[in-house]
Amino acid sequence: MDLDPNDDQRALQEMISRFAADRFPSDVTRTFGDVGGFDRSAWRELAELGTFGIALPESAGGVGLGTIESVLVHESLGAGLVPGPLLAATLSAGLVPGVLEGDVIPAIVTRPIHQVALVEHFQNSDVLLVIDDMGIERVEIAAIDGQIVEHPTDPTTPVTVIRELPRGEQIGDAHLALAWRRLGSVLASAQLVGNSEASTSLAVGYAKEREQFGRAIGSFQAIKHMLAESFTRTEVARSSVWAAGVTIDEPEVADVDRAIAGARLMAARAATENAKTGVQVHGGMGFTWEVDAHLYLKRAWILETLFGNLDEDADLIALHVAASR
Amino acid sequence: MHLRDSDADAAFRADLHTWLDAIVPTLPPEPDPRDWPARRIRDAQWQRLLFDAGYAGINWPAAYGGRGATPTEHLIFLEEAAAAHAPDVGVFFVAQMHAGLTLIAEGTPEQQAHHLPGILNGDHVWCQGFSEPEAGSDLASLRTRAMRDGDDYVITGQKIWTSHAIVADYCEMLVRTDPDSPKHKGITWLIVPMDSPGIEVRPLVTAQGSAEFAELFLDEVRVPVSNRVGDENDGWRVANVTLGFERGTGFVSEMLDTTNVMNELVGIAQRTPRGNGTAWDDIGIRRDIGYVAAELDALWAFTKRNVSQGAKSGIAMGNGSAFKVAYGSVVHRLGDIALRVLDRSSLSFDDVNGEPTAAQLHGKLKGFAVSLGGGTSQIQQNIIAERVLGLPRER
Repeated sequence: MDLDPNDDQRALQEMISRFAADRFPSDVTRTFGDVGGFDRSAWRELAELGTFGIALPESAGGVGLGTIESVLVHESLGAGLVPGPLLAATLSAGLVPGVLEGDVIPAIVTRPIHQVALVEHFQNSDVLLVIDDMGIERVEIAAIDGQIVEHPTDPTTPVTVIRELPRGEQIGDAHLALAWRRLGSVLASAQLVGNSEASTSLAVGYAKEREQFGRAIGSFQAIKHMLAESFTRTEVARSSVWAAGVTIDEPEVADVDRAIAGARLMAARAATENAKTGVQVHGGMGFTWEVDAHLYLKRAWILETLFGNLDEDADLIALHVAASR
Repeated sequence: MHLRDSDADAAFRADLHTWLDAIVPTLPPEPDPRDWPARRIRDAQWQRLLFDAGYAGINWPAAYGGRGATPTEHLIFLEEAAAAHAPDVGVFFVAQMHAGLTLIAEGTPEQQAHHLPGILNGDHVWCQGFSEPEAGSDLASLRTRAMRDGDDYVITGQKIWTSHAIVADYCEMLVRTDPDSPKHKGITWLIVPMDSPGIEVRPLVTAQGSAEFAELFLDEVRVPVSNRVGDENDGWRVANVTLGFERGTGFVSEMLDTTNVMNELVGIAQRTPRGNGTAWDDIGIRRDIGYVAAELDALWAFTKRNVSQGAKSGIAMGNGSAFKVAYGSVVHRLGDIALRVLDRSSLSFDDVNGEPTAAQLHGKLKGFAVSLGGGTSQIQQNIIAERVLGLPRER
């Protein structure tokens, strides 16, 4: 048993974090949600680092590492609030030509039942991948009549409303669809963990500098305890996400679906609660557009809706507890 | 990173599993939780069985009579013991988890030779005399005085929250030996035999209805200087070795036991009529259990992570404070769900209708033992905020 990253894994995280800070600073990515705001060359550079092929075999052009390395990379991407279809690209890099290299930009959506589809990153994408229980379809962009949302909730994430989602060419079976959902869920959880840590760091930095009543507000226990709770939520969530990532590659150690569902619950709670705390610690400034605190919150809201619903995850875990107790 | 057992770990687990399967069904029924002398006898029997089977002092070095198990084997032991519903460390908590390890780290060869065998084989129960009525969260302000008199220390003062004191043979005690130094610098760690003249033990009944704690009144209690562990006035550092153990692995077996309590609660809910079905048909109950189960699973992963880190860095459980804060919170939430399932059965602190409802109420109240004992959740949050996040101290 070893649930602690080795030096190579930590170096991988640091490389992604440095690149994110350098190429995707928030003052640049804030306009990524606008029409024409997406920087395809920065995306290609991200791809050149191997980001989307971490767990693909080297024979397929990937880096040849495991699911856990992908998890660690997405943790750093989440912490850096890196924009773009990170999950779609990572899931499809082995299947859709050009995605691995960053030349083809994919969008992904779970086919909704009786609802319109809200698809993030569609306006910048070259191909749409639709997942349902039967498998994975590739739908040509030209066949879709989408309406761009003028004011996406997260300014870094463009959203398109698609009322009629046509069928496309099937490129993956039900097994692959399930594997994508599981991996997509864990990677979204990994991004949520990174997000939760970064929003906490921002708030901790502010609490050390901001003075009221003649002293740094971070010296007050009311603030300390809020931030200590944030730290605790992140570490608890990180543990469960790492365990879920390992469990995908070692399915004999635990129930994979319970591990993934639990990781999502913990990671979503950590990200949304820590981002709320981050806004609150910043005071009135935290409620402004200008301060980044709200960007973490809004990205967290997107990530927690991907690949299933949190309440359904909790219900799945409860049924597993009852069946295995 | 991996979670799979190595071949050696799998073999350790299989042997342990076989032994537990054979031995646990032969144990006598659990005594009344309020009957501490009976609990001591039961816990000592279990400790003796562990000793004879080579599992006593599982994480102690072999040179000191322990098994010298790896940290991973220690976790496997805790996991398998909980799964088999084996007794936990019970009244030997302080001896096994604090005193023994402190003596190994800081004691003299004579102290080790005199005390470690009795801890390992279940002969000697220890209690902890750290807190005082005026020194709780601010432990370093303790005032119980030990004056040097020849080859003895003479101790006068008062201790509180002394777990298992009514059945203990020894007390690991912090005393003030230099009242003129800054508060952390004048403290000494002593071994105090509980049959020493001048000690009065007054049982302190908890909200669970059991005298788990006691107050100790010390009136000129004489202890030889050879009972000092570490140097005079160096007791704060020695004590922090012990507190590190408490915030580290000390709560892992309890956390696994809480998973058993949760599983039992699901069984009770499935058998409890509610509306046209059972309490388990209530989506609200199920969903809340789902969240608690997710958090307990996460805390088990957190434990493995901390042990993995500790095995590399040599620092056991660096995230101990965060673990304890999170665990305290989840025990309280599980207890809240239990009260909703129990409904009117919560009026009885004895089992109702043959259902194991009392254990659920004990579990509910145990939440306070976790969120208060060994440093309150709020003190742990101060530690996280100041030592990990680097926020400025209040004063």
